[in-house]
Amino acid sequence: MFQSESPDMLSSRRVRPGRTPSPVIRITHWIGAASMLVMIGSGWQIYNASPILPFEFPPWATLGGWLGGGIAWHFAAMWVLMAAGVVYLGYGALSGHFRRDLRPAGPRAVGRDVAQALRFRLSHTAGHYNAVQRLLYTGVLIVALLTVASGLSIWKPVQLGWLTWLFGGYDIARRIHFAMMTLIVAFLVIHIVLALLVPQTLFGMIFGRRPPAASQETVR
Amino acid sequence: MSRARPDRAAIAPELRRIERRLMLKGSLSLGGLSMLSGCALDDEPSVERALAVMSRFTDRMQALLFSRQRLAREFDASQITQPFPFNAYYDEDEVRTVDPARWRLEVGGLVSDRRPWSLAQFRALPQKRQITRHICVEGWSAIGDWSGVPLSIFLHHVGADLRAKYVNFRCFDDYSTSIDMATALHPQTIMALDYGDHALPSAYGAPMKVRIPTKLGYKNPKYLSSIEVTNRFPGGYWEDQGYNWFGGS
Repeated sequence: MFQSESPDMLSSRRVRPGRTPSPVIRITHWIGAASMLVMIGSGWQIYNASPILPFEFPPWATLGGWLGGGIAWHFAAMWVLMAAGVVYLGYGALSGHFRRDLRPAGPRAVGRDVAQALRFRLSHTAGHYNAVQRLLYTGVLIVALLTVASGLSIWKPVQLGWLTWLFGGYDIARRIHFAMMTLIVAFLVIHIVLALLVPQTLFGMIFGRRPPAASQETVR
Repeated sequence: MSRARPDRAAIAPELRRIERRLMLKGSLSLGGLSMLSGCALDDEPSVERALAVMSRFTDRMQALLFSRQRLAREFDASQITQPFPFNAYYDEDEVRTVDPARWRLEVGGLVSDRRPWSLAQFRALPQKRQITRHICVEGWSAIGDWSGVPLSIFLHHVGADLRAKYVNFRCFDDYSTSIDMATALHPQTIMALDYGDHALPSAYGAPMKVRIPTKLGYKNPKYLSSIEVTNRFPGGYWEDQGYNWFGGS
């Protein structure tokens, strides 16, 4: 029975793409998302101990109960976030995920897709990243890297003094860390709204989806 | 409603344990609870244990990152924060003072000479002056001008076992903290006797403060009363309540 299968079929089966996004991306996405939420809630707790702007975060939105608890959560989640980040960045670079899926599209494609998104008509095919996604994901990756780097620079202004210096010194680095957090929260709002508008993407980020047949050639 | 009166002595350790936990959790917020996603209060000791394990991991990573050669940045006199803020676990009007002439530093633990030290003995040793940034765990920072005896010089004088793990500080305002030996031997770790051109004022920890620019503010004890070299983990006032022990900058 097996002999009846042609070599052609075997090879076509071999190149058949798996579920997308890949399991590595899905797992690191959710570990990263959870640890990022913990970082934000505990970061707001730490911020409240000595606010740099004339407001405080409402206690119900903070994590840890007091400064010591906030710091404990912040540093615990930091290692988880960094581990997920290293795995994701390594995978993204080696697998071609960044080059293939996240490389930002030209301004015309961005304009077209933003217009479609604003009319709630953004096309979305499994395995294909549209211009809005490419822009947002590349942007938030850069912002997340800057958040981690500025955070490390205010945590270790002596041992990582060069990094603190790059961010303009302790006080400025602290404000940059806060500004980057704000951008991440802004991204989260847009990201969650878009994901809810196209619920199959949310499903796909959990279970993965098979790309439609037509797009299979372009995937490889 | 009648209730059996428990034997106080028998339940004392348990009471202390509960008390400590209540203090840690006293202000646990709704947000905190909801973030634990359905984690009930009686599940919390496990969360707390997990956080403590992570905090010890963070301690180890900080020890690896620490270099005795890497120096905290030093500033110009013009950059000193005026006035340098008072900070303690109590208000400034509760500051305790001692007669500097009668003050003695108790020396204990793994040292060959346990005789107490007077201020005059410290004044006779080489002094080091440095203008460095004090960074509080709360996030604010201030630049100050401290001078005093490098702790490493003192440790050599009392014949301390420099392979011991910890140096523990106790203070007469009932504060305490402890540091790793590598930080104790760092060239910028000093037993400060002066602030600016004058003897340390009472608000800043008279007669002696340990100034460690490679550590956060709560690892810089004021009102020093004793120093101990030990291999037994000593903890500290804030550390026992959940602050990260290493607290390095």
